[in-house]
Amino acid sequence: MWYFTAPQVVFGEDALTKLAELPGKSAFIVTDKIINGLGLIDKVKEQLGIAGMQCQVFDEVEPDPSLQTVKKGIALMQQYKPDWVVAVGGGSVMDAAKAMRVEYERPDIKCDEINPFICDLGLGKKCKIACVPTTSGTGAEVTFAVVLTDTADQRKLSLINREIVPDIAIVDPVCAASMPPGITSNTGMDALTHAVEGFTCNWKNDFTDGLCLKAIQLVFQYLPKAVKDGKDMEAREKMANAATIAGIGFVNSLAALAHAMGHSLGGVFHTPHGRAVGLFLPYTIEFMGDAREEQWAEIVRFLGIDIPKGKKASTVLAQAIRGLAKEINEPTSLKELGIPQDKLNAAMPKLMDNVQADGSLIVSARVPNEAETVKLFNYAYEGKSIDF
Amino acid sequence: MAAITFGTQEWANAMKQAIAVSQPYKEAAKNWEGDMYLIVEPDAAYKHRNIIYVDLWHGECREALAITDESAKTPKYRIFGPFTNMKAILDKKIDPVQSMMTGKIKVKGDMAQIMRMPRAAVELVNCMTQFETVFPD
Repeated sequence: MWYFTAPQVVFGEDALTKLAELPGKSAFIVTDKIINGLGLIDKVKEQLGIAGMQCQVFDEVEPDPSLQTVKKGIALMQQYKPDWVVAVGGGSVMDAAKAMRVEYERPDIKCDEINPFICDLGLGKKCKIACVPTTSGTGAEVTFAVVLTDTADQRKLSLINREIVPDIAIVDPVCAASMPPGITSNTGMDALTHAVEGFTCNWKNDFTDGLCLKAIQLVFQYLPKAVKDGKDMEAREKMANAATIAGIGFVNSLAALAHAMGHSLGGVFHTPHGRAVGLFLPYTIEFMGDAREEQWAEIVRFLGIDIPKGKKASTVLAQAIRGLAKEINEPTSLKELGIPQDKLNAAMPKLMDNVQADGSLIVSARVPNEAETVKLFNYAYEGKSIDF
Repeated sequence: MAAITFGTQEWANAMKQAIAVSQPYKEAAKNWEGDMYLIVEPDAAYKHRNIIYVDLWHGECREALAITDESAKTPKYRIFGPFTNMKAILDKKIDPVQSMMTGKIKVKGDMAQIMRMPRAAVELVNCMTQFETVFPD
């Protein structure tokens, strides 16, 4: 027995106008200072105003949101008592908003205690949540996962419960159109990693396979175009769709080793999430190798790439992903990422511990032991294909 | 090795031995602190209630006991579920974590620790499946 969970998705040009139809009296808008400065929040407030809602804006969410920031937002929500939480931003903003909403509605459950085994959160009685992504990658607008950073422990917390899924995802390509090329590329790699891992992890299933394959295809076709020309609205729209589709796909099957390694690296070096998981993706594909050869071949075929005689599909796919990364100026090694080797070595025990403790690892088709985890990081540092 | 009857001290000993030789468990549970009851509850297919106690500490099993009096210990965790679901896990027919997430088996205790070390739970179940289990009639 398993579930498939997804919010209502409103997508395409003018999707933002859905906000004008939301029933309620007040909205708590969660965002960050950059988005607030770009004018998008004014458009959101305008639509919510048409719906007859008063708004309060909380724009203090930082990249890799901390528990402390979430607590601050919760305190404000408890004073303001909104009917809606409207998250406008990237994954950090949406994750922070989802966590705030849980503790606002259920003060007896601290946001860092969210876990998949709670079966009766009973959310939606005090408020609902709408997510408006301004990047195309995290899929946080449709997922029931939240990643927060415990700054005291230099560790990312992956919190999951299917009841925390947003009520509405508003995927308007215009909202992501102002992303600079660097963010377009690294968030796009996040979408790709979601889709590939969702298609190949232990909990893959018939309901998610098609979504993941379609998202992989869209990323390969449109991410280079979106990075090259941010005004290419067809590419923007397809990437926005790809991210959301991949989000629904992977959260209902889960991510795997590339996410465990990406979370680990991000917790220590604060590497942007998408850049980190995207960098590790080809290495983890090579590491999984034969354990998922049939699925690698299926992805490669779906992308229309030939598998040369005598070559493994995992190798071909890893090469294709490294090629895509190079095309969009994403680093393909930790050395290229700019992490000094001495700092990597010093952090290795923590990096290894973080991977071993990451929830994503439990659905990985092949689980590295401690020694293999260290080797994976070292190979990724050198940019060396996995051969063990 | 011959099949071992669940709920017996022999089964508890076999589990302790399986944990002792499992390197994946040692690595996954190296920070785990906490004892637990593993409780098989009766259902339409099974009339018994069996309890196994394991004291798990930093990748090792310090004690494993077949328990008849539930009040004998006050473990930090209790994993419990009906026979049919527990048997399906031991037979590797269903995923232990998915079983917990869908409520087929229940967990009580410090969930924050479980969430910090989810693979420890998976490897613990793997240890339980390293030998053949039979259930009493």
